[in-house]
Amino acid sequence: MKLHRRSLLALALATGLTAPSLALAQDDTIKIGLLATFEGPFTVLGEDGERGAMTAVEELGGTAGGKKIEIVKGSSDASPDSAVRAARKLVEQDGVKVLVGPLSGDEGIAVKDYAKTQPGVTFLNGASAAQDTTFRDPAENFFRFGTDGAQWMAGLGTYAFNDKGYKTVAVVAEDYSFPYTQVFGFMAEFCKAGGKVPSKSWVPIGNKDYSSVIAALPDDVDAIYVALGGADAVNFLTQYQQSGGSAPLVGGSITVDQTVLTSQGKTREVLIGTPAAGPTADTNDAPAWLAFTEAYKKQPNAFPSPSLFAHAYYINMKAAILGLNEVNGDVSDGGAKLREALAKLSFDTPTGKVSLDKNRNAIADIYLTEVVEGPDGNLLNKLIKVVPQVNQTLGIEEAEFKALGAVSRDNPSCE
Amino acid sequence: MTAVVSAPGAPARPTVIDRIGAAHIPLAAVLLLYPAFASDFFLTQIGGYSLIFGMIGLSLMVLAGYGGMVSLAQITVAGIAGYAVAILGLNNSGVHGFGWPWWIVVPFAVLLAATASALIGWIAVRTEGIYTIMITLAIATAAFYFAQQNYTIFNGFPGFNGLRAPEFWGVNWRDPVPFYYLCLGCAALAYAAVLYCSRSTFGLTLQAIRDNPRRMRAIGYHVTAHKVFAWFLAGLIAGLAGVLLIWFNGRVSPGTINVAAAINVLVIAVIGGLKHPVGPFLGAVVVVLMQTFAIDIVGAERFNTLIGLVFLAIVFVSPDGLLGLWSRLKPHLAQQPLRSGP
Repeated sequence: MKLHRRSLLALALATGLTAPSLALAQDDTIKIGLLATFEGPFTVLGEDGERGAMTAVEELGGTAGGKKIEIVKGSSDASPDSAVRAARKLVEQDGVKVLVGPLSGDEGIAVKDYAKTQPGVTFLNGASAAQDTTFRDPAENFFRFGTDGAQWMAGLGTYAFNDKGYKTVAVVAEDYSFPYTQVFGFMAEFCKAGGKVPSKSWVPIGNKDYSSVIAALPDDVDAIYVALGGADAVNFLTQYQQSGGSAPLVGGSITVDQTVLTSQGKTREVLIGTPAAGPTADTNDAPAWLAFTEAYKKQPNAFPSPSLFAHAYYINMKAAILGLNEVNGDVSDGGAKLREALAKLSFDTPTGKVSLDKNRNAIADIYLTEVVEGPDGNLLNKLIKVVPQVNQTLGIEEAEFKALGAVSRDNPSCE
Repeated sequence: MTAVVSAPGAPARPTVIDRIGAAHIPLAAVLLLYPAFASDFFLTQIGGYSLIFGMIGLSLMVLAGYGGMVSLAQITVAGIAGYAVAILGLNNSGVHGFGWPWWIVVPFAVLLAATASALIGWIAVRTEGIYTIMITLAIATAAFYFAQQNYTIFNGFPGFNGLRAPEFWGVNWRDPVPFYYLCLGCAALAYAAVLYCSRSTFGLTLQAIRDNPRRMRAIGYHVTAHKVFAWFLAGLIAGLAGVLLIWFNGRVSPGTINVAAAINVLVIAVIGGLKHPVGPFLGAVVVVLMQTFAIDIVGAERFNTLIGLVFLAIVFVSPDGLLGLWSRLKPHLAQQPLRSGP
C-alpha cells in the first residue's frame, strides 16, 4: 500500500500546487478558448474550423485590445458530454474569459446550458447551427455571429418549387438537431409555396447501409432533399445511384460541399444540377471573399476553398477580437462591458454585413447555389443568388414563428 | 493489503487498525483533506470524475479480478441507472421527467441497473474468455445504438439534459465540495464492500470458481448462480456510479455509453491493475489526468497519440498495471538500505 499512499499524496500535492499557478494569466496577454472537434467523426471539420479561427487571429495582428492573444484549445468528439467537459476545463482550469466553440449542433445546445452557470465568461458559438442554441431558452452570455441551419436554407425551398418545379420532395437526413433545423428551414419555404413532403427518413450519423432507406423512398416524388454530411452523403449517393435511383436532388448546406464534390465515381452525374444553400459559395467573386480565401490558404493543410466551418469560426473569432478591441481587452468586470459591445457589434465579413438580433443570433446574407462542372472538370457550387440579411425567424413574425414549435423529427410536417 | 496471519501458538485477536489495514488510514486522511488544497476544478473534474470512473472500473475489477469474466458492458449498466434517473426524475428536455423524489429514484435506478447487469451476466456466463468480451461488447454496442435511435424512451441522439443533483439537508450536492465528498463516500462504500466481499465465503467461492470451475461444480457448488450474483453485485456499484456520473455531467446521452466509453473503462481497469480493488481508482486518476491535460502538452492534433503511448508504456512495463509495477519495485526498494549501508 505504500506506493498508493505516497503516489496519491504526491499527486494530491502536485495538483494542489499546480492548480493555482496554471490559472494565473499574465496581464499583457488575453486567453481565448477555442473548442472544436479534434477527435471523432468530425475531426476534419474541426481542424478546418481551427484554420478559420487562426485566420481571424492573424488578420487582426494576434492582439486584442492591445494584449497578445493566447489561444487555448479544447477538444470534443462531437458528443454533447465531451463538449461540456472540454468547455469546463477551458473555463474552470485554464481560466479563459472568452470561449469560441463548439462545432456540432447538440454540442452547441449543451454548451449554452453550461454557459448559464458561468455568467462571468463570454461564449461565442463556433459552427454549431441548431436553432435552439439561441432561439428558445437562450443564455445571456452566448453569442452566435454565424447563422443557424434553418437560416442557411433561405431561398432554397422557394427556388426548388418555383424554378425547379419540384412539387413533392422526400427527405433523407441525419438524426440529430442540426439536420432537423435544416429540414425545418427548407420545409418552411417549400411547404408555404405549396410543396408536399410525403416521407422523411432519419438515419443515424455514421450509417453505412442505406438499402432499406432507399427501398422505402416513394417512387412518385419529384426530388429528394438530402441533409447528410461527409462520408454519410457519399455513401448514400453512391448506393442510391447503384440502386438505379434517378430522382434529382436538393442539398443541405454540408451535403454538397467540397468533401463530397471531390469524391470519385458516378455520384458526379447525380450531383450536377443539385441546388443547395448555405452561408458560403465556392464561386463567390466578391473581393472580400477572395481576400479571405487567400488569407485562409496560408494556414497549414488548408483546403482549396474554406469550408463553412472555417467561415463560421473565422466570423465568431473575429467578432470576439473586435469586441475585445472595443473594451481594450478589459474583462475584469466579468465581461459585462464586452457583452454589451458584442450585442451592438456589426461588421463586414467576407460574406457581407453581420449583426445580432435580441437573442444574440446573427442576421446575415445567405447564398443559394447549384452544383456545376467547373472549367477543369471539378464540381463547384455556383452562386445563383444572394438572399440578403436573413434573420432567425426567416422573415416570419416572431410570435408566429415560435408557434410553429421546436424543430424535431415530426415538426414541421406537410404531407 | 496482506491478510492478517497470526503466528501459531499466539492467537492474538487482530486490533481494529489491523482489521482496517494500516495503509488505509493515511490514504483516507489525504482524500478527506484533499478539498483543503485543491481548486474547484481539481475537486470535481479530476477528483470526483476519477472516483466515479474508478467505481465503474471497480465493478469491472470485481468481475474480472475475482470472477475471471471481462465485461465491456459496465458503462452500459451505469448508463441504465443514469437514464432511469433522467426519465423518472426531472429533466429539461421536455420528454418524460416524471419528477419522482430522489430517494425513490436513486435506489430504484441502482436496483434496475443491478438487475440488468445480472441479466447480462446470465447471458454472458455461458461463455468464457474472449467470447465473454465479445458478447458484452455486442450488448454495449446494441444498447448504444438503441438509445441513439429510440426517441420514445431515450430521446435519441440528444438524450436528456438539465439533470440536477438533489438538494437536501440544506446542501446542494452538485457544489464542488459536497459533490466530491458524495463521490468519495460512495466510492469508499463500494471499495470497503468489495474488500469485505472478497474475503467472505461468497468471495472465496467466486475466486475458486475463477480458478477451476469444473472442480467447484464437482464439489457441488452452483457455478452459474455464483457468477450471476457477482454480476448483480458489480451492477450495484456500476449503477451507483452511473447516477453520480449523470449528476456530474448534468446530462445523459448515447455519447455517455458509446463504445469509446466502454473501452475507456477497460483501459482504466487494466492500467490500474485487477489484483486489488484500489487498482481501478489509481487507473482512473491516471486516465483522467492524461485525458484532461495531454492536449496542453502536445497540442490538439496528436494528444490522443500521447495518451495511447502512455497507456502502452504502462502495460508494456507491467502487464499487471500500476499495481503490478509496485509489486515489482517493492523487493528492490526493500533491499536498498542494505546495499547503500556503510
